[in-house]
Amino acid sequence: MNEPVITPELVAKHGITPEEYENILKILGRVPTYTELGIFSVMWSEHCSYKNTKPLLKTFPTRSDRIMVGAGEENAGIIDIGDNLAIAFKMESHNHPSAVEPFQGAATGVGGIIRDIFTMGARPICAMNSLRFGELQSPEVRRLFRGVVGGIAHYGNCFGIPTIAGEVCFDASYEGNPLVNAFCLGVLRHEQIARGAAKGIGNPVFYVGPATGRDGLAGAAFASQDLTEASAEQQRGAVQVGDPFMEKLVMEACLELLAAKDAVAGIQDMGAAGLTCSTCETAARAGTGIEIELSKVPQRAAGMTPYEIMLSESQERMLIIVNKGHEAEVQRIFDKWDLPWSEIGVVTDTGRMVVRNHGEVVADIPAAKIANDSPVYHRESKEPAYLKDVRAFQISSIQDTTTAAQDLEALLAEPTIASKNWVYRQYDHQVRDGSVVCPGSDAAVVRIKADSLPMLSEGQSETVPAGTEKYIAMAVDGNGTYVYLDPYEGSKTVVAECARNLACTGAIPLGSTDNLNFGNPHHPELFYQLKESVRGLAEACDVFGAPVTGGNVSLYNQNPHGAIDPTPTIAIVGLVEKKEHITTQWFKDEGDVIILLGEAVDEGDPNLGLGGSAYLQNRKGIKNGTPPRCDLKKEKAVQDAVLDCIRGGWVKSAHDCSEGGLAVTLAECCFTKNVALNTPRFTGAQVDLSAVKCARKDALLFGETQSRIVVSASPANADKILAKAKEHSVPAIVIGKVAGSGKDSKLSIRLAQETLSWNVPPIYGTWWNAIGSVMDAATR
Amino acid sequence: MNFAVLQFPGSNCDQDCVHVLKNVLGHSARLLWHKEKSVGNADAVIVPGGFSYGDYLRTGAIARYSNVMAAVTEFANQGGLVLGICNGFQILCEAGLLPGALIRNRSIKFRCEFVWLQTGPANTPFTCKAPEGTVLRIPIAHGEGCYFADPETLKKLEANGQILWRYCDEQGQVEAEANPNGSLLNIAGICNEKKNVAGLMPHPERASEDILSSSDGRTLFESMIQWHCKK
Repeated sequence: MNEPVITPELVAKHGITPEEYENILKILGRVPTYTELGIFSVMWSEHCSYKNTKPLLKTFPTRSDRIMVGAGEENAGIIDIGDNLAIAFKMESHNHPSAVEPFQGAATGVGGIIRDIFTMGARPICAMNSLRFGELQSPEVRRLFRGVVGGIAHYGNCFGIPTIAGEVCFDASYEGNPLVNAFCLGVLRHEQIARGAAKGIGNPVFYVGPATGRDGLAGAAFASQDLTEASAEQQRGAVQVGDPFMEKLVMEACLELLAAKDAVAGIQDMGAAGLTCSTCETAARAGTGIEIELSKVPQRAAGMTPYEIMLSESQERMLIIVNKGHEAEVQRIFDKWDLPWSEIGVVTDTGRMVVRNHGEVVADIPAAKIANDSPVYHRESKEPAYLKDVRAFQISSIQDTTTAAQDLEALLAEPTIASKNWVYRQYDHQVRDGSVVCPGSDAAVVRIKADSLPMLSEGQSETVPAGTEKYIAMAVDGNGTYVYLDPYEGSKTVVAECARNLACTGAIPLGSTDNLNFGNPHHPELFYQLKESVRGLAEACDVFGAPVTGGNVSLYNQNPHGAIDPTPTIAIVGLVEKKEHITTQWFKDEGDVIILLGEAVDEGDPNLGLGGSAYLQNRKGIKNGTPPRCDLKKEKAVQDAVLDCIRGGWVKSAHDCSEGGLAVTLAECCFTKNVALNTPRFTGAQVDLSAVKCARKDALLFGETQSRIVVSASPANADKILAKAKEHSVPAIVIGKVAGSGKDSKLSIRLAQETLSWNVPPIYGTWWNAIGSVMDAATR
Repeated sequence: MNFAVLQFPGSNCDQDCVHVLKNVLGHSARLLWHKEKSVGNADAVIVPGGFSYGDYLRTGAIARYSNVMAAVTEFANQGGLVLGICNGFQILCEAGLLPGALIRNRSIKFRCEFVWLQTGPANTPFTCKAPEGTVLRIPIAHGEGCYFADPETLKKLEANGQILWRYCDEQGQVEAEANPNGSLLNIAGICNEKKNVAGLMPHPERASEDILSSSDGRTLFESMIQWHCKK
């Protein structure tokens, strides 16, 4: 076979630096073949190797008594949730593919993360996502937004997984480079954990799932480059095409095979870097070698070269190492599901990854070297110049509002704050009969019941106590503006808000998964953002008892105009101990007392919570000022207090204050309960903030001071909440009562200067229709 | 009572149906693989929701040719109770066991949300526990749920009392605004002339427990159980 000659140009085209190439020569002791060059380029891309971020990622807290599989060990982390049950979860990005081909890019992002979960032996039971786009006024942004949501819906709905929560933000910095971070969670019994290790010398290696094509060639390497104007055209071939139907079958067959006693020695999905990554990683994990024959790999296109087969990212494929003597099990189960399978190789004791094509060796590389000895770079970091301007900004330069009533309406219409029903109504969020709290509250809650679990081996008796039900809460959060304005403080706030969402739902954090979406790490100012952000994330995850169990790094997020706002997103998963503790955000009954936990306004903040706020951005067109700071100790106290109150049975609703501040929070408490199509449930509220000391109305109403939660309770329980808050040294004041319901509901807020009042139905309409009216009116 | 819940490649509400029938209602329910040629000892068959065969070609178009559907057709022709939910409804229409067809939602988008349903005549195995006009709150989750049939068929359906569920508002008014997908006559579900085969787009199995915020869907399964036990 005539393969291209290795030249410095070819090496550079593969994104391999001259130093890295020297290292390859040293590892191999010779010039690499073309196929080998391709293998190194994908395995040493940031996407697979974390070469630019490894030293940072090591600073994350990753341990707890509950963690059974930790960060970096396997395809996803696993956490013990008691009663012999465990959960596996992870978040991963598909930013670049979605920028080029939004529908398939997002769809395959969902497919990839689902595979990471069932590879662990878990049955996937729910999904979430975190999405970011440019401003909706742009037709191109609307095209990307529509495509991404459609792709997620297509994949998740067909696969049969409820997409139960998420977040969507809009900001000009993401124009041309949307962020698509997909999360999946699965459940399993403790003894069902599967490993991605090629164990057992002489064991056969199976390829299962659809045939390999040219789609997604070198997607991992593509994900590790800047997006350029030409990317869309050149790279469309690097985007994979997903088939959720196929994935559903592959999952069912894999779980069935994993239940077959002693059949599976190791299993790994073929995700980024496809066959390459799965073979060398499984061998490296087990300390073995692996030898495969490419002519045995099912192929969809004629005349595929070894290079193409090894680097293809065709979807829904799995690599399974079967214990010798159990080959017939694979055949039986995959034939039952009418799925392709092929025995393509064997586990060896050589420690080498040997790839043959019709007998001819096309790659022969020490597996551990390529999987684990990727280069590590300590990148240069420099404080960005713009931060000086940020710190110089003073809120006193902006006049206080004289139009507070309109301000609230404008904020409710701001797409980032407005209802995301246009999005989540396209996702099946109820399949599997476990969605207890659906999209539209602070965090989602999913019920784990007997049939949520992977099947047992034949004849094996149940190891989970009969009748066990568990309630798992989850939320995902990010705030690119805060992190842009203060990478360290902003990142702490992101984690705090996510944990606060869980606390409001009645859940105690178990662990977290993060997705670091940043710009080009070679740029010292951008690397500074990354470094400082990780410092903040690590500190906060530790405080909230949410160790990181895995995640994903996506760098090079920039369009021709510059980098995106640095955007770490974090998903925290928690346990609600009892069904009765599950709490939602909307007010429940007339006459209930409304209490604000936390300081109404952080007087220590020179910007009074308005730096980087939605109010300043939306109403003043200013994205500046140091963002509100989050004192993690105070924050933890507020969360502990609300959890204690929920456990006491005194809290009827709990909603955290975030974008848009207290006024938006109160409005949402009045109208976010929705029982069916065109059937919102309104309550009114009479709120009195006239006693709160704050010179600025905008800061009091729309400031984003951290560590605040609005709760409601029956009058009989209000004092208990106030007392409990005091116990935790958390400021707490009664700010009003729930008053009125139905069409005549009014939200009124009395300030020292004036009393504001809104009819609830129209502001609800503004909030509910803001995104849909833009998307459905726009021409397709 | 013995329920058989069909399992096609791509079914994804099969387990949910078994869960409700078995764990919530306490009856026997088992999965029936699409390659089977008999419904065995089943007293009733549920054709569940999902994306059978990936919805390739057309929803339900491939499933109707499966082994098990031949058996279900025979079972139905002998008077056996068959309920199709969502994709199951689409399959029953494709198989000719129910008249009409389900086409793309008028919004061209998948829709998942609770809707209100007005129950039709109570003289069927699927509605006998709910007096005519009962309003139910049950979720939908579909991209192709817009019921379509020629005017003559629609007339017949109405005249024979075969329209069992219509989209309505909370008060039970059948009106355009309450229709999530553009279905003709706001049809959410129908039965055949003999009234032993029914299909609907909403998912009663997702509204059969209070923890999922509605138990209204139980009335469908409980009707089938009551009908069978009286027989």
